[in-house]
Amino acid sequence: MIEQLLIYIFIFVLAIFVGFEVIRKVPPLLHTPLMSGTNAISGITLIGALISVGTGYSHISSLLGLAAVIFATINVVGGFMITDRMLKMFKKKKD
Amino acid sequence: MKTIVVLTYLLSSVLFILGLKNLNSPKTARRGNVLAMIAMFIAIVVTIYDKRILNFTFIIAGILIGGIIGAIIARKARMAAMPQMVALLNGFGGGASALVSLAEYYRTVTELHVSTIISVVFSLFVGILTFTGSLVAFSKLQGIIKATPITFRMQHILNLLLLLSTITLGVMLTLNPANIFILRAILAVTAVLGILFVIPIGGADMPVVISLLNSYSGLAAAATGFVISNKILIVSGALVGASGIILTIIMCEAMNRSLLNVIFGGFGGSVSEMAGEAERRSITRYTPEDAAMMLEGARSVIVIPGYGLAVAHAQYVLHDLAKILMEKGVHIRYAIHPVAGRMPGHMNVLLAEANVPYELLFDLESINNDFQNTDVAFVVGANDVINPAARTRKDSPLYGMPILNADKTKTVIICKRGLNPGFSGVDNELFYSSKTMMVFGDAKESITEMVKLLKV
Repeated sequence: MIEQLLIYIFIFVLAIFVGFEVIRKVPPLLHTPLMSGTNAISGITLIGALISVGTGYSHISSLLGLAAVIFATINVVGGFMITDRMLKMFKKKKD
Repeated sequence: MKTIVVLTYLLSSVLFILGLKNLNSPKTARRGNVLAMIAMFIAIVVTIYDKRILNFTFIIAGILIGGIIGAIIARKARMAAMPQMVALLNGFGGGASALVSLAEYYRTVTELHVSTIISVVFSLFVGILTFTGSLVAFSKLQGIIKATPITFRMQHILNLLLLLSTITLGVMLTLNPANIFILRAILAVTAVLGILFVIPIGGADMPVVISLLNSYSGLAAAATGFVISNKILIVSGALVGASGIILTIIMCEAMNRSLLNVIFGGFGGSVSEMAGEAERRSITRYTPEDAAMMLEGARSVIVIPGYGLAVAHAQYVLHDLAKILMEKGVHIRYAIHPVAGRMPGHMNVLLAEANVPYELLFDLESINNDFQNTDVAFVVGANDVINPAARTRKDSPLYGMPILNADKTKTVIICKRGLNPGFSGVDNELFYSSKTMMVFGDAKESITEMVKLLKV
């Protein structure tokens, strides 16, 4: 069990560093879309929600799971759509 | 099946990273967002296909309800309202992570391992803090509650006590995982802490708080990944966490304040004595006509938009003015200070919405050395970000904050509603300079008048 935890910590720390390296290069111009986009990505917790609602273990965990699925889906769908709407507006000069 | 699931999660993680990488240029940004969508989609599909899933009614119901609400939010949101929308969505993400951990707690309470219960506590803490904190931030930005800092005596001590009791309760739950009362106490205390954490923070400090909550929503997802042993949650959550941390640091640096200083709040509440003394100094008022003549005669103009521009909804008419001037051969650029809006990059989005091409938008570092070779700085609704006191006056609260060098141009035109000092409460000596033309009034009306005069 502790070995598994260590592997997860390992992955977590490396992912943080990848995040730093990739996101540091995003220009201030795109910081708002970056935020709403990463916002949508944090809705990845939907995967966990699907598992907890889908395994149907007990009443209470299914209901909590359902609420989680609703919340996370709002986050994912809302986040990606808003980001796309914003990015559509960034246009080059037409000559 | 397990292999397929894990490999798909790996593919999905790679796509998330590539998606974020594509966000580093406006040319590829939309593709980047699509890549992230694909990543999310395949992760969802493979999870549903996984044979552990038995009950589909709730899944379909949940996705339909959430999808419709999310789509409505996304379509209706105005660009000026983007900070509160991001705060709201952040809150839902954090809340969802907490709910997943809670469900997992109820499912496995009899066989919880120490490492899992620690992850549960952490995930509940971050998730619920994000949820209630984001809802308060949303309410402040939306105007449901007052945006001014709400402070009271012993506030910091209360917060500290609540934080310590959360930690104590967390340790207690780790020792007695089956004790439901401790769990409920953690939920209650954390919810209150989330609210108390955001109420002392004023409107203009919101960029920092939203960035921080953004980071938390990612960390909450990662913590939930630890709870349910899911690597894609850990990786994606860490990416979002990192992004939020970077933005938080950038925002703090742009205001030259430490994160602790922002969180402990109270900044900008009191107007300093300097302002009162300065109002007796003389100021020359100019008309929109004077400003229009000056702009028309200039070879190069740098526009400095501030949040006042967005409040006056003047970005469209400002772009009309810019287009007319460009047709007359004036070289126009926009200089965007990092804290020019209510969230990182907000002003860029507002100008993009008004059809300003993004090649004309410059950030502080890339344009600040060009001011000395520019004829006119045209300031609309900005104040603190051009205050030279940040460079020179060691006693000023703004001292050390990076500013746009508007004062280095030959002439400065400032459109402003009144003489009120900015958010910091500090007076701006640039208003009284002989090279400054102050145009008082509603920015939209003043600029509309300039457009009328120049459009022949």
